[in-house]
Amino acid sequence: MTTSATTATATTATATTATTATPPPPHAAALRTDEPRPRFRDLAAAEWIKIRSLRSLPIAYGTTALAVLAFNLGTAYDTYSHWTARTAADRARFVEDGIPLQHAFNANAALVLMLALGAIGAFAVVGEYSTGTIRTTFAAVPARGPVMAAKAVVLGALTTVYGLLLAAASFAGTQAILGARDAGVGLDHPGALRVLLASALLAPVSALAGFALGALIRHTATTMIATVTVLLFLSIALTDGRYWSALLGHTLPYQAWLRLAEPRYVPPEFGWSQGGAWTVYGVWGAVAAAVAVLAVRRRDQ
Amino acid sequence: MIEATALTKRYGTKPAVRNLTFTVHPGRVTGFLGPNGAGKSTTLRMILGLHSPTFGSVTVAGRPFAGRPRGLRHVGALLDAHDVHGGRSARAQLWALARSNRIPRGRVDEVLGEVGLADVAGRRIGGYSLGMKQRLGIASALLGDPPVLLFDEPLNGLDPEGVKWVRELFRRLADEGRTVFVSSHLMSEMEHTADDLIVIGRGELIAAEPLAAFAARGTRGHVTVRSPGAEALAGLLTAAGAAVTSYGERLEITGVTAPEIARIALDHRILLHYLSTENASLERAFMELTADSVEYGARGAGAEPARPVAGPIGGDAPGPTADVTPGPAVAPTPGPAPEDTPGLTLGDAR
Repeated sequence: MTTSATTATATTATATTATTATPPPPHAAALRTDEPRPRFRDLAAAEWIKIRSLRSLPIAYGTTALAVLAFNLGTAYDTYSHWTARTAADRARFVEDGIPLQHAFNANAALVLMLALGAIGAFAVVGEYSTGTIRTTFAAVPARGPVMAAKAVVLGALTTVYGLLLAAASFAGTQAILGARDAGVGLDHPGALRVLLASALLAPVSALAGFALGALIRHTATTMIATVTVLLFLSIALTDGRYWSALLGHTLPYQAWLRLAEPRYVPPEFGWSQGGAWTVYGVWGAVAAAVAVLAVRRRDQ
Repeated sequence: MIEATALTKRYGTKPAVRNLTFTVHPGRVTGFLGPNGAGKSTTLRMILGLHSPTFGSVTVAGRPFAGRPRGLRHVGALLDAHDVHGGRSARAQLWALARSNRIPRGRVDEVLGEVGLADVAGRRIGGYSLGMKQRLGIASALLGDPPVLLFDEPLNGLDPEGVKWVRELFRRLADEGRTVFVSSHLMSEMEHTADDLIVIGRGELIAAEPLAAFAARGTRGHVTVRSPGAEALAGLLTAAGAAVTSYGERLEITGVTAPEIARIALDHRILLHYLSTENASLERAFMELTADSVEYGARGAGAEPARPVAGPIGGDAPGPTADVTPGPAVAPTPGPAPEDTPGLTLGDAR
């Protein structure tokens, strides 16, 4: 009696142990992955792959470069071909007045660069929203802020290199043309580096501004209108004539470029410093990146 | 494992999903069914953290998915096959996704081969058919070899061979111990695919149970008869208290049993070519339940008119007679039904 009871208990115990031991479903072990540590550079690399794999981007960058060079080299060639029509005094003061630096990167070229790069920056994000790619992206990387930061870093780096190459090519090309009339200057000329750098950095500043607006607005057409308004219309509307107008105008990238690219700045009533203009560049870049990162945090995607 | 608790989403004042509580289990294919606009995609987006719930919560493997730094190794998802940039190649698209999650490059060609896109991987996605895009979406979902997979309407645009392949794939993934959650607005798609069903209508839970249990809800069987004397028989049966829908020589009858019909036919010397008791199909169960939920929703919401709901399912919908009327009161959803959703007591809603 006692023996059989003990046996029964023992059997039950064995059975229980057996049941608890079985559970792991067929391939449960295989499903447990050792996830590598998440790294920011993987996100940046992924964004770089996306940019590189779009055929439309080289075309956009290429045509922009051609337009900018056409404006700059065209103006320089104009000066070259009409050189003999200038008075002797005019020619003598040409370099002294800093005119070669105005030729290195003129206002038309700057406007084209700003608008094109603003659009390219905006498309870096609204392109994902309009195609729905953004959901695929955020489902793969739920950390949305870092994704946007990675986009901003890649966009900023790419457009900075692009801007530098374009500004350098413009400088070299225009000065070579003017040099045929002995009116070209080198990079060691006072203010030359400043003009070159200000023009080069206009590219990333505009691209990031468009990028931030795209992240905020998310609709293609509205984003484009907003980008043109902010980069172009406001800069033209807010003139230096009145205090508030000048103050607001001096917060805009195009006016900062005008200030930096001017070889001989004669301060009007409400003038501003080069340092102030550089600061505008820096603040726009940083604030734009921050806005894009914050824009995706709470909203539904 | 996916667990939703009182999951609710409102856009403005319009509720998209209300008080959903359900569990999707590993090792099974779970169908997520509902008419168009029922809130399926909204729910899937909340599972993925793309949309945040107005109220309630949803977790994957016990954690909100949005809190994970990288997702592909935890959840693979196909939300919309069009959610890709047409200008990229399939390989570039997958490689960018893989790179963001630190998944080795070799995996890209592996999944491309698995879904049968290896030969076209270098071509622009813009030139793909919908079926090929679905395959690409499935490849993205498989990329991280995740234990949980979500597919939103994955069978759209697939050819019959593709549908068969997807079904086998889902089965295999579930057999490997993964959680497979597949949405559809077509019951027929789920009938041969799913082990469990979660059914929603107008954003509310209608059922969350094994497929077999759901099928048993469709209590309204009917008897089909073919007879050259169908017209006369229909009259006799109606007189005997049956509801009859006539399709020429074919009759669909409810209210009397097959033996009773045979007896009446014999008594009146009417020849029968065919006599069979048909069990209610899953599709009919689904239609009855969702139709009820819409009816309730429309009344509950006041002036809002009822939306036609069963459209895509109605291919072989029964005729215009009483046959369509929802059957006897269906038992309220077991388990997860929250107390403050009266609509779940479907019988009362009529």
